[in-house]
Amino acid sequence: MFVAGSDPGANFGELLKRVGMSPFASHSEENDLEIPHATTCVAMRCLGGVVMAGDRRATSGNLISHRSMEKVVSADDFSGVAIAGAAGPAMEMIKLFQLQLEHYEKVEGQTLSLEGKANQLSMFVRSNLPAAMQGLVVVPIFAGFDLSSKSGRLWDYDVTGGRYEEKDFVATGSGMLHASTVMRVAWRRDLAVDDAVKLCAKALWEASDADSATGGPDALRGIYPVVASITKDGWSAISNEKLSQIYGEIAKEVGSR
Amino acid sequence: MSMPFYVPPEQFMKDRADYARKGIARGRTLVALQYENGIAIISENPSTTLHKISEIYDRIAFAGVGKYNEFDQLRVAGVRAADLKGYQFSRQDVDARSLANQYAQILSQMFSEGPKPMEVELLVAEIGSDASSDRLFHVLYDGTVLDEHNFSVLGGDSEAVLTRLKAGYKSQMSIKEAIAVSILALSGAERKLNHDELEVALLERNGRRRCFRRIEDAEIKALLG
Repeated sequence: MFVAGSDPGANFGELLKRVGMSPFASHSEENDLEIPHATTCVAMRCLGGVVMAGDRRATSGNLISHRSMEKVVSADDFSGVAIAGAAGPAMEMIKLFQLQLEHYEKVEGQTLSLEGKANQLSMFVRSNLPAAMQGLVVVPIFAGFDLSSKSGRLWDYDVTGGRYEEKDFVATGSGMLHASTVMRVAWRRDLAVDDAVKLCAKALWEASDADSATGGPDALRGIYPVVASITKDGWSAISNEKLSQIYGEIAKEVGSR
Repeated sequence: MSMPFYVPPEQFMKDRADYARKGIARGRTLVALQYENGIAIISENPSTTLHKISEIYDRIAFAGVGKYNEFDQLRVAGVRAADLKGYQFSRQDVDARSLANQYAQILSQMFSEGPKPMEVELLVAEIGSDASSDRLFHVLYDGTVLDEHNFSVLGGDSEAVLTRLKAGYKSQMSIKEAIAVSILALSGAERKLNHDELEVALLERNGRRRCFRRIEDAEIKALLG
């Protein structure tokens, strides 16, 4: 138990600091480490919620280091995080963020507001700044269904922890330019969830087509991007069968150009 | 120089135990029992915000009776210990037995060395993959740990409640039956408990990671039918 003045409250990150287990320690001087990087993720608002998607590839320099990484994960029942950047710190940040939300919920007996979750993630990104200066950049997207305003909301971040709420769509990672262009052309505010899922899948297809660090659908191994929707019913990941069908349609459409 | 009065250790322990028991007896009783799909925990609690029963980890629930601020402090300590252990090792390494032992350590230390013993009794419940691996650890104010089976009764009027619960308990009850049996055990025949005077939570084998679920007033009402 902690004394009144140094009690970390419901903050799991602070608790880790108090017990000397903070993962945000400063890193070594080595700048030319070949560490795996995770790449393109997108998110967009749609009718009744948000849709998030991310490819599965991690690269070290010019090599593919991992083919089935999951960069888009649920943070809790009504929100998700997508992360681009150095894979190790990114995965650690996601794990810590999920833990923080659950820890808060258990200690306080109620969940954080969506705004509160977004703010919490911004603090995590900010405390990663020293590592980011040495090349271990982590840039997440946060999206979720706001139970108080009954709508989908999404945020993107910069390396300093700057937090920007977006009204339409957002992309992060090396393929972000190509992915955003696809979304920019086709996004409308009244997209249904199914159409938003298709548009996200297509944005990732085009990004993987033009950016070597972004992985496309891998029908041979049955590895497809992670695509998930968050609505009033909570987080729901799109099944591989459905994605295989969507990518089949996209392939047909591209083949007929 | 003044000399402190000599108090024999037997008397010292007895005084402290009496003090703790009196504090606990002022609170309401709580019942936990196995039903067909896990463990149900039921207590008399008119407040809808100050909970006696809460989630500690994926498969572990906590319940406390006695002084609210004391068992709530212990609840938070338990959530912290569990989350730290799961972060440091793996989620499957967090178990009720070690948590119950940690509670026993704190309580026994407070009982013998603290300014006053804590006026609480705790339950650490865990569900396993089947009914035989469910755990109910009952921790007393002096750090005694009881490993109980099928059901457990905590708090003030526990003797009478336990007798009534033993009479009504069957294995593999539905949730509806389990709640009905528990209410009868808590209230006795002459008193009637309303759904809004109850706090009910379950650890259910639901196939999901987090097994703890609170049953809200409306659902209790529907179950009581």
